[in-house]
Amino acid sequence: MVTSSDFGQFETAWCPGCGNHAILKAVKEALAGMDKQPRDVCLVSGIGQAAKTPHYMLCNLFNGLHGRALPVATGIKLANPGLDVIAESGDGCMYGEGGNHFLAAVRRNINLTLLVHNNQIYGLTKGQASPTTATGQTTKAQPHGAYSAPFAPLSTALSLGAGFVARGFSGMTEHLVSLIQTAVRHPGFALVDILQPCVSFNKVNTHSWYKERCTELDDSHDAGDWEAAMRLSMQWGETIPVGILYQNTDRGPFEGHFPQLEPGPLADNSPSLTTLESIMQTYA
Amino acid sequence: MDDITLCIGGEAGQGLDTMGQLLAKSLIRSGYEILVSQNYMSRIRGGHNTFSIRTCTSPLLGPGDEIHILAAFTQESIDLHQDQLAKRHLILTSEELGSKNTLDALLPVPFQQLTDQKILHNVAALGCLCGILGLLPDIGAGVVRSAFGSKDQDLAQKNLDAFHNGLNWVRERIEDAWHLPSVSPPESGSRLMLAASQAVALGAMSAGVNFCSFYPMTPATGVALNLAAHDQELGCVVEQAEDELSAVNMAVGASFAGAVPIVPTSGGGFALMGEGISLAGMTETPVTLVLAQRPGPATGLPTRTEQSDLELALYSGHGEFPRAVMAPGTPEECFYLTRKAVDLAQRYQTPTIVLTDQFLADSYRAVPAFDLHNLSPVAQPDTSAFPQDYVRFASTASGVSPRALPGYGPALVVADSDEHTQEGHITESGEVRTGMVDKRRRKEDGLRQETAAPEYSGPDSPDVLLLCWGSSKGAVMEAARICSESGMRVGTLHFSQVWPLDPAQFEDRLRQAGLVVAVESNAGAQFAALIRRQTGFAVQASILRYDGRPLSASYILPRLNPLIKEQTNGHEQ
Repeated sequence: MVTSSDFGQFETAWCPGCGNHAILKAVKEALAGMDKQPRDVCLVSGIGQAAKTPHYMLCNLFNGLHGRALPVATGIKLANPGLDVIAESGDGCMYGEGGNHFLAAVRRNINLTLLVHNNQIYGLTKGQASPTTATGQTTKAQPHGAYSAPFAPLSTALSLGAGFVARGFSGMTEHLVSLIQTAVRHPGFALVDILQPCVSFNKVNTHSWYKERCTELDDSHDAGDWEAAMRLSMQWGETIPVGILYQNTDRGPFEGHFPQLEPGPLADNSPSLTTLESIMQTYA
Repeated sequence: MDDITLCIGGEAGQGLDTMGQLLAKSLIRSGYEILVSQNYMSRIRGGHNTFSIRTCTSPLLGPGDEIHILAAFTQESIDLHQDQLAKRHLILTSEELGSKNTLDALLPVPFQQLTDQKILHNVAALGCLCGILGLLPDIGAGVVRSAFGSKDQDLAQKNLDAFHNGLNWVRERIEDAWHLPSVSPPESGSRLMLAASQAVALGAMSAGVNFCSFYPMTPATGVALNLAAHDQELGCVVEQAEDELSAVNMAVGASFAGAVPIVPTSGGGFALMGEGISLAGMTETPVTLVLAQRPGPATGLPTRTEQSDLELALYSGHGEFPRAVMAPGTPEECFYLTRKAVDLAQRYQTPTIVLTDQFLADSYRAVPAFDLHNLSPVAQPDTSAFPQDYVRFASTASGVSPRALPGYGPALVVADSDEHTQEGHITESGEVRTGMVDKRRRKEDGLRQETAAPEYSGPDSPDVLLLCWGSSKGAVMEAARICSESGMRVGTLHFSQVWPLDPAQFEDRLRQAGLVVAVESNAGAQFAALIRRQTGFAVQASILRYDGRPLSASYILPRLNPLIKEQTNGHEQ
């Protein structure tokens, strides 16, 4: 029986009150609750405060470059589909620097879980606008307010045919645990966009701001209804819907298209000399 | 007649490439040597493209510049190549073009009579060329059959008919003056027709490469296409990434999880991959990149050739980390050095790079089939179960740490792009940083000991030593041979590995030569500069080409002769 403590306890470099603490706790609880062994899990992150999460867990991890968590995670999953691969990083890393990889990962439908710590600000570089910062919000780098429209991760993912689209809130940890578990079980690309406060640099989207607005989706929402999911994904204001907006398993996972992966991880594959010989002869 | 250069010229979309490849394969199966140079424009249809085959009975060195037989499919190809025609030449063309031209050696072919389908004109022309060169009809027909037979019997028959009609038509009109010296055909399957893209792919396959992520870019794409053509039999995953940043990071991820990756790209793509290469250096993840050079900067001349990315390969990626850079000079070297690059990447857990270029990527040659049973082994990822107290970046005397794979045992594998402790976790400790930099640098000492020695040919202490690397090998050796035949004392020193360098392997050669001339396809004599940085030896002269065309003996000789004259006069005084 795996427990949350099997995934380790570390001192973190995060600010007191930061939403990252609750997300880390939820990830550990979600995995332990599913009886996942740390050796079978691989966390992949990019750069930023959220990207440090894997370092505060006992499991396999690859903490790579800014924006590049998804390509690395894709490579890991293709090399060894037996690993539970979770890409975890912030909104700047995943939606800004890694925007093209986000689009491609949704389109591929590679079987991995993407957890985005979305605090609508750049924390590590001390408070510039992020791709999800609201238009008009002022920061030191955008003293006249951010001019760009905020990136809408959920509707973007839905428009690209994503099979699993969910929103969580770091202040609703128990709910978040179940979202993460459903995402990990989903056979394909699963996005959980997690709203969280940045206590140091985002003075607008505070813990209480989210708490007043985040409303759990109830049973009246049919997660198989794409149009309803699209409407909910656009809802942002007095009420912000939290939960599984959409789930559909019609598309098989990307790695399932490669018969060469059926025998097992690539590290166990090597072609026979007879195969090589016959390939070489196609050049004769 | 021995040593004939045939040039097939026309528009993109006329099937010249297919025809050229079939002719080249017929020559190889007949027992001749070939060297193909391709010249194409950055467009899908139209423009003017050429597929040139130099062929003879003894091993060829560089591309030929004089054209003996011109197969011209457009007026432009007649007009553009008139000045390159050898004294004795033949122009094979269509009846329509024949009627417009008054050249002596014109052979207008009534293609409409030979085949009723325009798309088969190229195969009829192939028949004509096989007839002109005196190849055995069965060999040409066999090549046509193997190219079209598997698809559709009816289509194969139509192609064979067109081929035989071309062959018979030409035999009735041309005497055997253009026949190649007769040789006995080699045993079937004993010779391969390979260009660099194919040889690199075969080398990668033989080295156990099972992952290839790429973003299409001329002239590198061929490597990925050749792997994709056999992916399922090989057990190799080939993925076209959304961009180059993804391609290299995906390969790093795959390698971290135990795949053996290769990433083919060209200069612009490689520039984008710099950060990912640096990541492989920091996380000590094996990855092999193929950099098929073409002229830059920026988009440059996208379909032409140059050797101007040496410095990009040497210095790509920020920070300091070990790497090895191969520069094969022939398709055969592409095979062995790609294997070696994969092996070094695995053993030293660091990025390795294979430098080719457009000339080499598209230059088919005859290569003896590789003896796959007697190749030296290539290291593969260790799939054994490491214990729970495993640390990924343990400090060792060689700098190489035992590398566990995630999911293969109780060991947890931790990698970080930040400076890290031996456990793989982020650190800002100055002491740990110094130790890690030293650890990674120690790997470079091992790599240096495995550097492939440059190949020298020529007399001891030559008057002139031609220094070259990569694909210019053949042209340089041919220029040296021609000089030697007229009594000059010229040597060549070819580097097939350009980093790390071990001066003990070659420094004496440089100092013993009267004059050292660097011959490179770039404007900055980049390799000569590298030699100077490594040895303090200043190469005295250089012959450089950077018009996008490959180096050839006829480009080198007129520039070399005055240097030799100066040098030998100096001797006499």
